[in-house]
Amino acid sequence: MSTIIEVQGVSKSYGGVKANTDISLTVPEGGITGLIGPNGSGKTTLFNSIVGYHPIDGGSIQFQGKEISKLLVPDIARLGLLRTFQQTRIYGAMNCVENMLISTPHRKLRFIESFRRNSKEEHERAEHLLDFVGLYEKRYLRSGSLSFGQQKLLEFAMALMNEPTVLLLDEPTAGINPTLINGLIDRLRRANTEFGITLFIIEHNMRVIMNMADTIYCLAHGEMLASGSPDEIQNDQRVIDAYLGAH
Amino acid sequence: MSAQKAILYVALLVLIVAAPFLFPDYKTQLATLWLMIIVSLTWDMTGGQMGYNSLGNIFFYGTGMYVAAVIAIGMVYDVGEYTNAFGGGKFDFTDDQYFTGLFVGIIGAGVFCALSAFAIGWLTFGLRGPYFAIGTLGVAIAAGELVSNWDWVGGGQGIALPVYPGDFDNFKTFIYFLFAGTGVVLFIFLSWLYQTRFRAAINAIRDDEEKAEAMGLHTLRYKLVTWAMAAFFVGIVGGISAFQLIHFEPLETAYQTINLGIFMVVCVLLGGKGTLWGPIIGAILFHVFKEVTWNYFLGWQWVALGALIVVTVVYFQDGLLGWLRLKKPEWFGVRVENKQQAVAEPAE
Repeated sequence: MSTIIEVQGVSKSYGGVKANTDISLTVPEGGITGLIGPNGSGKTTLFNSIVGYHPIDGGSIQFQGKEISKLLVPDIARLGLLRTFQQTRIYGAMNCVENMLISTPHRKLRFIESFRRNSKEEHERAEHLLDFVGLYEKRYLRSGSLSFGQQKLLEFAMALMNEPTVLLLDEPTAGINPTLINGLIDRLRRANTEFGITLFIIEHNMRVIMNMADTIYCLAHGEMLASGSPDEIQNDQRVIDAYLGAH
Repeated sequence: MSAQKAILYVALLVLIVAAPFLFPDYKTQLATLWLMIIVSLTWDMTGGQMGYNSLGNIFFYGTGMYVAAVIAIGMVYDVGEYTNAFGGGKFDFTDDQYFTGLFVGIIGAGVFCALSAFAIGWLTFGLRGPYFAIGTLGVAIAAGELVSNWDWVGGGQGIALPVYPGDFDNFKTFIYFLFAGTGVVLFIFLSWLYQTRFRAAINAIRDDEEKAEAMGLHTLRYKLVTWAMAAFFVGIVGGISAFQLIHFEPLETAYQTINLGIFMVVCVLLGGKGTLWGPIIGAILFHVFKEVTWNYFLGWQWVALGALIVVTVVYFQDGLLGWLRLKKPEWFGVRVENKQQAVAEPAE
């Protein structure tokens, strides 16, 4: 598998707080890569650095061999590198279908085309994906009136609508009830296999991430602590110490 | 479009055309009502649909007035000499010169305002929420002060435009139709625009701009174009107002931040922002309320108007249509529908 995201020696600090120190990792194309670590270990900061949310202090981030660390958020999104938010973000005053329709890939949309209506294919795709995440019946409801878990599913469907090459998911199962989680794992897997989307996932739920990921990276105190297969990570004493607070 | 809707629109159009002849004493009132409708609809494009509450749209109104005046006069005479000779001098305009100046001036005002929206938007769209409101208000106030010190356009005394070549009653009808025509064109334009992807894009910016950026939307481009389209129409009605008033001055008439500049916001809030009909209904209600209080409660009119604004802003933020949407969501397409139902009655 070839590398699609390559992070090399990335550092980011907020004033005196070193959120990321010299982080290097690679995300292989077509796989599922996990990123774990205790609260405040710098996972979301690293995600934000990758998608261009803030400038990094040093290091390099490459996407499909192209340096992206100087690009802005919308530019990176249009390259096909998309993220979802830890605090779910959707367009609350619009209904689910409208949320989906505005999430069509903007790298393909010429500005003049924004003065046209959505095509029939786009409507069908939106409804199909809403069905895929189980929100079909609620598609004409105001998305802001949905429960947190449903909004999370909607945000995931919106990301799929955007046809990304890589999807960065920030805690996709947080706040979702245990029975729904199994369904979500299944859908994430299918997004990976059926739609061919490379996934890079931050997750606190060990059962979820150990089940899904091919490779897992573990951060602690803003530094790379360990990396390897789920088995290796589970049996790594440093990881166990970090989570139990021995660090 | 359904048959009922078509009938409704035809009936409305007939009413619009017949109104000045049915109520000949109210021509100026009706023209002002159209002005309120147009500035409310355009304010809602950014304030309601895009979530950018501009308090500076009055800038385009005042600028439209001046641009139209300068073009109309400048096509025939030297503007500096014309304004310098205020009251003295003899400057005649033939019928042709009047009408050419009027139409070129009005269109020029729209175009100039659209271009200035790009420039001002470039500077102010980095501001969010209340900061954008204050920033744009600052632009409008500064413009008024600058223009009132600019002698070439008449300074604080303002400009007097040529007078309509014909009788005064026809002039009022003519002005009414200029406003009404602009309003109808704006309404048709917005009913079309609000069915395109463009509306979804600016709605997305309103609901969560950061998310819109993360999804790859060209947010600044959408914001600039929206404001430029709004400014175009405000500039045009500014130009029409200039010819309607014949003489205007910078602070109280052109850049009237505390009157029309605030009224347009109140109209939209009253009717329901983010909807096509809300600003129209709001403008009608507001205008009627204002005229009734001005006629029957003279001396208390500003108190009544202030009370209306306070009540609207504090207790009735979603406006009439927002309240209706809460009570009757099914009228607005909010529904739960499973697959069998969808097949039975397919959505549009």
